Amino acid sequence: MIENRSDIKSGSNLEKLLRSGKFAVTAELGPPRGADRSAIEKKAKILKGYGDAFNITDCQTAVVRMSSIASGRIVLDAGVEPIIQMTCRDRNRIAIQSDLLGAAALGLKNLLCLTGDHQKFGDHPMAKGVFDIDSVQLIQMVKTLRDEKRFQSGQELKASEPKFFIGAAENPFADPFKFRAVRLAKKIAAGADFIQTQIIYNIKKFHEWMNMVADMGLHEKVFILAGVAPLKSAGMAKHMKHNVPGMDVPDEVMSRMTAASAAKKGKEEGIKICLEVIEQVREIRGVAGVHVMAVEWEEAVPEIIQQARLFPRPTV
Amino acid sequence: MIVAASKPFQEIKQMLSEFRKICVLGCGSCVTICHTGGEKQVAELAAQLRLSAKLEGRQIEVKEDSTLRQCEWEFIDNIREVIEDCDAVLSIACGVGVQYMAEKFPKIRIFPGVNTTFMGGPTEQGIFWERCAGCGNCILATTGGLCPVSRCAKSLMNGPCGGSQNGRCEVSQETPCVWNQIYDQLDTQQLLKTMETIVPPKDWTTGAENHPRKMVLEHLVVKKQIN
Repeated sequence: MIENRSDIKSGSNLEKLLRSGKFAVTAELGPPRGADRSAIEKKAKILKGYGDAFNITDCQTAVVRMSSIASGRIVLDAGVEPIIQMTCRDRNRIAIQSDLLGAAALGLKNLLCLTGDHQKFGDHPMAKGVFDIDSVQLIQMVKTLRDEKRFQSGQELKASEPKFFIGAAENPFADPFKFRAVRLAKKIAAGADFIQTQIIYNIKKFHEWMNMVADMGLHEKVFILAGVAPLKSAGMAKHMKHNVPGMDVPDEVMSRMTAASAAKKGKEEGIKICLEVIEQVREIRGVAGVHVMAVEWEEAVPEIIQQARLFPRPTV
Repeated sequence: MIVAASKPFQEIKQMLSEFRKICVLGCGSCVTICHTGGEKQVAELAAQLRLSAKLEGRQIEVKEDSTLRQCEWEFIDNIREVIEDCDAVLSIACGVGVQYMAEKFPKIRIFPGVNTTFMGGPTEQGIFWERCAGCGNCILATTGGLCPVSRCAKSLMNGPCGGSQNGRCEVSQETPCVWNQIYDQLDTQQLLKTMETIVPPKDWTTGAENHPRKMVLEHLVVKKQIN
């Protein structure tokens, strides 16, 4: 067991659960492209009880949506624990720290720190990307605010500090492969408490990465949640393989989805593959939970969690 | 060098539509090397302007000239006689040259004929890549001599990000991932340990975010400046 592993930083449900050694489940809840809070409440209702905390994306793929922090508070009001996301694409260090103070004041406790998808992929490709800091520096900034009560500038934070359970992402399938565990180590050194990985379809490669992670002892310093996502169709699998940056979809998955799609059973097969991935990653040493990314398909989450025998969720 | 791209001729034509006596002015430095602002391009643009005016039945006079550097007063002093009787000057120097002209000759309208794009150079015939963002705080010593500020789409200091695959950048398949290149370079130099250190947030006070920037070489300053 790692040092300070049992020291509660944020008091979030997710943190308490992970620190108590329970296998965690997180999933994604995408905010709407509009000002309607009922859209979030509807999703929260579908997901309630089927995960320990839910990621509220921050304008994912650089498309304008309701803010993660505002949505996060609505989700919390609906009785579901959010993990707010913060990217470096749209805000400089002043705006990020300001928003995080606000988020903490609103009672939000889990935070995922990301660099963010490039604006080129979104609905405003002509926008100026900020990228004042990167994800590693963001993690460090949040940790410094929390543990040292200092702003990024070094100035002292004289009032209450924002207490976040700090999350980060890592992609085991990106290059250079050998550097991927080292980069994880950097994020841990920066202050990450938990990690959500890129979506896993290539179990073999994920396993290889986890071996490197374990060899470095990193799995004892951070909670690693394995990213999974149900495919809907062969078309989606193709899109993931070719158009989504940093994805690794093996041929076997492609052919299974192609056959299933032809038989109009794409969704069933997608969920089946997802369940298989969950079964296999659970067996890997150092995997502390799963993160289910059913993008704009929140309805799939209850089914997956039930069938994976991860329901009901434990309480701490 | 400073790399500039020609503006679309339609845009140039539009800018100059109300003028009858025009001078197209080239620059003998960077833009000559990148084939967009040199004497040859002056001749081509002037011919194009004359031809399009003729086709539209308009009378115009187009002069041609070039100087070694539009970005130094000494080199544009003698342009005065050429452009004095012109209504407009189309400068195909970079944005610095255009402004030097505008400051030197406030009574004459100066128009830009190129879009100044970046600081970089040709990597092969006809292909230019950005190499420097002018951040004013060079970190090349720690990155194997390759710049992530100008060459990483997100200017990451702790790359490569999760979008680096097969040595390519997630933002564009034709862009090499500079962090992948930095990794290989440091690997070759047996300096991979460097990449294990967290690079703190960059101090951008010297960067373009704080323009206009100024540099003073005290030992060369003749006249004491006020301020």
